[in-house]
Amino acid sequence: MRIASFALRNSKEILRDKLNLVFGLGFPIIVLLLLSAIQANISVQLFAIDHLTPGISVFGLSFISLFSGMLIAKDRTSSFMLRLYISPMKSSDFILGYTLPLLPMAVMQIIICFIAAIALGLTISINILITIIVLIPAAVLFIAIGLLCGSIFNDKQVGGICGALLTNLTAWLSGTWFDLSLVGGTFKSIAELLPFSHAVDAGRAALSGNFNMIFSHLVWVIGYAVVILGLAIYAFTIKAKSDNK
Amino acid sequence: MTAIKTLNLTKKFKDKTAVKNLNLEIKENELFSLLGVNGAGKTTTIKMLSCLIKPTDGDAYIFDKSIVKDDYDIKQFINVSPQETAVAPNLTVEENLQLIAGIYGNNKEASRKKVSNIMNSFSLNEVAKDRANKLSGGYQRRLSIAMALISEPKLLFLDEPTLGLDVLARRELWKIIKKLKQNITIILTTHYLEESVAFSDRIGIMVKGELKIIGTADEIMKKAGKDNFEDAFIALSESEAV
Repeated sequence: MRIASFALRNSKEILRDKLNLVFGLGFPIIVLLLLSAIQANISVQLFAIDHLTPGISVFGLSFISLFSGMLIAKDRTSSFMLRLYISPMKSSDFILGYTLPLLPMAVMQIIICFIAAIALGLTISINILITIIVLIPAAVLFIAIGLLCGSIFNDKQVGGICGALLTNLTAWLSGTWFDLSLVGGTFKSIAELLPFSHAVDAGRAALSGNFNMIFSHLVWVIGYAVVILGLAIYAFTIKAKSDNK
Repeated sequence: MTAIKTLNLTKKFKDKTAVKNLNLEIKENELFSLLGVNGAGKTTTIKMLSCLIKPTDGDAYIFDKSIVKDDYDIKQFINVSPQETAVAPNLTVEENLQLIAGIYGNNKEASRKKVSNIMNSFSLNEVAKDRANKLSGGYQRRLSIAMALISEPKLLFLDEPTLGLDVLARRELWKIIKKLKQNITIILTTHYLEESVAFSDRIGIMVKGELKIIGTADEIMKKAGKDNFEDAFIALSESEAV
């Protein structure tokens, strides 16, 4: 009951902020439309819809980090959080209460991205459903990044880190806009050490039916998600104590 | 029954001692005002008693439960109305109350009944569907106190409940506090001395982390040799402040 009540509150807080909806749903779809329009006017296959959609879905998830980070950072600096700290809520109740409402929002965001892609010509197949499932660990990863940032930074810093830095990192280092091999060298090595390109490649493998290629990429995403979620729980617990001093 | 008993309760932050050897006993259903100038140690004391921070030394018992060992148990039957209005801004009045009822373990039906009752008691029905961030300061503070009471606490901390309110809103809240008195143990912190004199059964004045004096308003004035409470408070606060 405790977690459900808190999760419901967090859903309402996020969904009632219209900017969240505009950026979370609108921006990835606009990018998808824009790049598809570019593709229609060039002869090379740069932004093919089946290649682009998993990337845009992962890029869209970076906004979920922004929502979760902003919500926690704002809560942490408010007297409302003091009320919750005095209540019988435990750290695990807080983390689950923040994570649970964001997961269906993230999945819904991926689904809407795929619906837009189908309208732009993506072939309907069972692989779309498999891709959505394969992208769920990436959704958890981005939620965890938001939880971690919101636990450490204030809301202005979260706006900068998750709103500007993370969206750009996801955009450039995920291989969504261009093939990482085109740049190569250190850039490619760094990108491959981070989870973003692996999330996109796992999605692309699922969508193209290369199922044997999924796990080698997904293991990076799951590994990062577990570690960052653990760090977020630790950071939240520590900051909860120091915020009250 | 004793609601609060502190035993040499002490809190140090690095080299600074915020609360020093506090020994205090508050009876059940008593309204006790904890006064002091800024930095006297009131907030740190309240934070320890509400299990937000651990003492460096000593202990306190809230209805016989230790704040050091039994903080989870204590949190079930205490609540607080913080100095700044503590509401979820994008939720309606009704949703804010439902949220707190749920967090304290009430199911949907029990929550619905409690929300209905408390909205009646606090005259919140006319703003039930309004979002908290659209309410006036008086209504927000009233909601904040209602949120503290919906869990039916045995012990309530009221931290500056009327700070920043206009005279009408203050009078409305006074009525509510008067109604609460005798049914619940209340620890009140306020800078409005007339409030503590009007409502409190007993008053404690803290100076530099130590409890300087404890008693009724009349007893404190008598001990300080002053005719009014404000002069007594200033005399006691300044006597140790130099």
